[in-house]
Amino acid sequence: MVQEGGTAEGLSLPRLAHPTRTTGRWGDHLYRLLIRAAALALLVLVLGLVIVMIRAALPSIRTFGWRFPFTSTWDPVAQRFGALPLIYGTIVSSVLALLIAVPLGIGAAVYLSEVAPPWIRPPISFLVEMLAAVPSVVYGLWGIFVLAPWLRTQVQPALGSTLGFLPLFQGPPYGVGMLAAGLILAIMVVPFIIAVSREVLLAVPNEQREAALALGATRWETTRLAVLRYARSGLIGAILLGLGRALGETMAVTMVIGNRPEISASLFAPGYTMAGMIANEFTEATSDLYLSALVEVGLLLFVVTVIVNTLARLLVWSMGGAVKEVRE
Amino acid sequence: MRAGIRRAINTVMACLTAFAALLVILPLILILAFLVYQGASAVNLDFFTQLPKPVGEPGGGMANAIVGTLILIGLASCLGLPLGILGGVYLAESRDRRLPWVIRFLADVLNGVPSIVIGIFAYTVVVLPLRRFSALAGGFALAVIMLPIVLRTTEELVRLVPASLREAALALGIPEWKVILRVVLPTARAGIITGVMVSIARIAGETAPLLFTAFGNRFWHQGLLQPIAALPLQIFAYAIAPYDDWHRQAWAGALVLILMIFSSSLIARIVTKGRYSGVR
Amino acid sequence: MADGILVKQLNAWFGALHVLRDIDLTIAPGAVTAIIGPSGCGKSTFIRCLNRMHEVVPGARAQGQVLLNGEDLYGPRVDPVQVRRRIGMVFQKPNPFPTMSVFDNVAAGLRLDGVRNHALLDEAVQHALHQAALWGEVKDVLGKSGASLSGGQQQRLCIARALAVRPEVLLMDEPCSALDPIATAKIEELIVQLKKALTIVIVTHNMQQAARVSEATAFFLLGELVEFDKTTRIFTNPSDRRTEDYITGRFG
Repeated sequence: MVQEGGTAEGLSLPRLAHPTRTTGRWGDHLYRLLIRAAALALLVLVLGLVIVMIRAALPSIRTFGWRFPFTSTWDPVAQRFGALPLIYGTIVSSVLALLIAVPLGIGAAVYLSEVAPPWIRPPISFLVEMLAAVPSVVYGLWGIFVLAPWLRTQVQPALGSTLGFLPLFQGPPYGVGMLAAGLILAIMVVPFIIAVSREVLLAVPNEQREAALALGATRWETTRLAVLRYARSGLIGAILLGLGRALGETMAVTMVIGNRPEISASLFAPGYTMAGMIANEFTEATSDLYLSALVEVGLLLFVVTVIVNTLARLLVWSMGGAVKEVRE
Repeated sequence: MRAGIRRAINTVMACLTAFAALLVILPLILILAFLVYQGASAVNLDFFTQLPKPVGEPGGGMANAIVGTLILIGLASCLGLPLGILGGVYLAESRDRRLPWVIRFLADVLNGVPSIVIGIFAYTVVVLPLRRFSALAGGFALAVIMLPIVLRTTEELVRLVPASLREAALALGIPEWKVILRVVLPTARAGIITGVMVSIARIAGETAPLLFTAFGNRFWHQGLLQPIAALPLQIFAYAIAPYDDWHRQAWAGALVLILMIFSSSLIARIVTKGRYSGVR
Repeated sequence: MADGILVKQLNAWFGALHVLRDIDLTIAPGAVTAIIGPSGCGKSTFIRCLNRMHEVVPGARAQGQVLLNGEDLYGPRVDPVQVRRRIGMVFQKPNPFPTMSVFDNVAAGLRLDGVRNHALLDEAVQHALHQAALWGEVKDVLGKSGASLSGGQQQRLCIARALAVRPEVLLMDEPCSALDPIATAKIEELIVQLKKALTIVIVTHNMQQAARVSEATAFFLLGELVEFDKTTRIFTNPSDRRTEDYITGRFG
């Protein structure tokens, strides 16, 4: 009896079963059962997560219906909940973060993969990995005591006096607020964008670079023509992964965003994110409906991040076999 | 003429990208500098041995939080490691047709779920039935976060073990389960340990899912079915409180936490030095 | 009229590994020079030194003189990027830019140089595609991706791309080794046509090919130039014993 077996390179080698072996049989059966059980356990966990959350959010869904994401009131006393300010806060802080993190992240990735001399790459990569390892709460701590005061005393007054005619930079300089949240999210998201972008750039076949160089292109022209164009979809995937990360970030953001469920045009104003609201209010929820509303917010967050992340992976995967999977 | 401009653009772009790389590293240096500056003064023996003092009283430490984090990591590993490693072996070795693809997809989905949502999951599954916050609930939440990381790393590692090694063992008449246990896993051991250390480093710093599972505790925990303190929780609580002394202790806690995380990453790196070049 | 290349005392290293030793060679203008030799003898390294592509690999360096029309390409103030405009290269595996159309591929070098005039580009692309004997096959699909062509067509596309910038020399690194015999024959025909206007250096592991297309042949072994002579002489009456052994298949 010959069975097909898969190996790392996708090479299929025939594997012989052991028709004459009887003593190993029960061991093999048990083994196969165990590993399949473990895999199924994962399946159960994920399905369980979805089911459990939907069930817990049902009361809120039934009460507020489809208007939930579009209503602005968040009133625990009157038991009226609408997630719009939270969605606004989540999106604005994430977009702001990406506006900063994407050019810096892809630029740094290009530097590491195309420009930097070989001896510089390991230390900088190491530092970037360290950045990724810093926990959210530590970023938040630094945000409260270093970033926010700096914004309040230096940056926001400066922005307010020079660009204050724009609604973006109006209002009192609290320090904490959307700007602080966007900045801190940017710092947190950049390492992921760099890591994925680097993988994507390295997956571009070297022959493409050689083709451009042989035509008499400078290093930058080679990068632009042969590398970045080729890696386009993968890089968009990297950006989306960064977005997914930013959307779900909880602690650092809630520590510097001011935690007020308001919608404002100004970056100086405080805001609130979906994850932040859940974090702060979950143990304070005074009623079942309140708790259910919070779970519904969590459900919305879950759905959005799953969609963004799946799209991101598809894009990165479409770059070709060299980028097999994405490291988070 | 044109050549000169192209050369100039090349130099400018090279500088810009280098500048980007520099800007990216800058926050790390700033944060580490502040951690050491603010936290080092508060890290003393008391910090590691004493419980938090009541509000208003200076001093005290985070002994219970440090131990709590270690306990939570231990609990999470009890569930996360066996499931993760076995599941990873499944993904790499199984000859099933569709299930592996589904599992892989779900593992990636789970990897991207915000940790606070996983906290909600753990709350509904462990806290509600037990009617209390507990170390178990916190451990469960962390296990769910750790699972996909260990799973995918193990899969990747096991795949890397050359087929020839397996074939040789099987050809000797050794049953498959023994081949996996005695030949494949030991070969992949270093990389699997790395994956484990990476996942531990990740969950050690998680705060959000613990907010309403482990909940935190100002005293020693009274058993796994009681709320338990954890380092990130304590840091958070102290950071948002209005007392300067607590702020200093928050910095100290952050410093200790970072050291714990970096050292486990470092151990992972040392273990795999030269043996395995695939994981970045 | 094309220029010849004079190579004097060319040495090349990969890190500490000395891969080319004291090469002295004269490449005649308006003719095809073939470089033959067993794997690892340094023939690819040699032609990559001619257009300063060798030094692109980290840790690689070259030393010596390569004179194109009297000008030393390794001179102190020479820009490698400019060298590569004058000396074009075609690689073993066809590498058209997949995200660009056939037209854009051929025009790529010109656009880099700042040529924007559409009429000029059109004319140059047409001319290059004619020179590469590809025009007839692609004139209706100029907008399709460069990677959508067959292997042989892709390689001719790469040749057109290299020719569009009007180099003085064309280097070809085993251009047919990834192609089937029919595509190979077409490219060999092409080479014979091209040499009237261009100096061509071709690396090949196929001795019959060298005999078919080249006027002069250089035999490399272990980083050294063993023999360099008219093609007819090399293949019928080589002077060096080692050349004879290689030609008759005793090794390599």
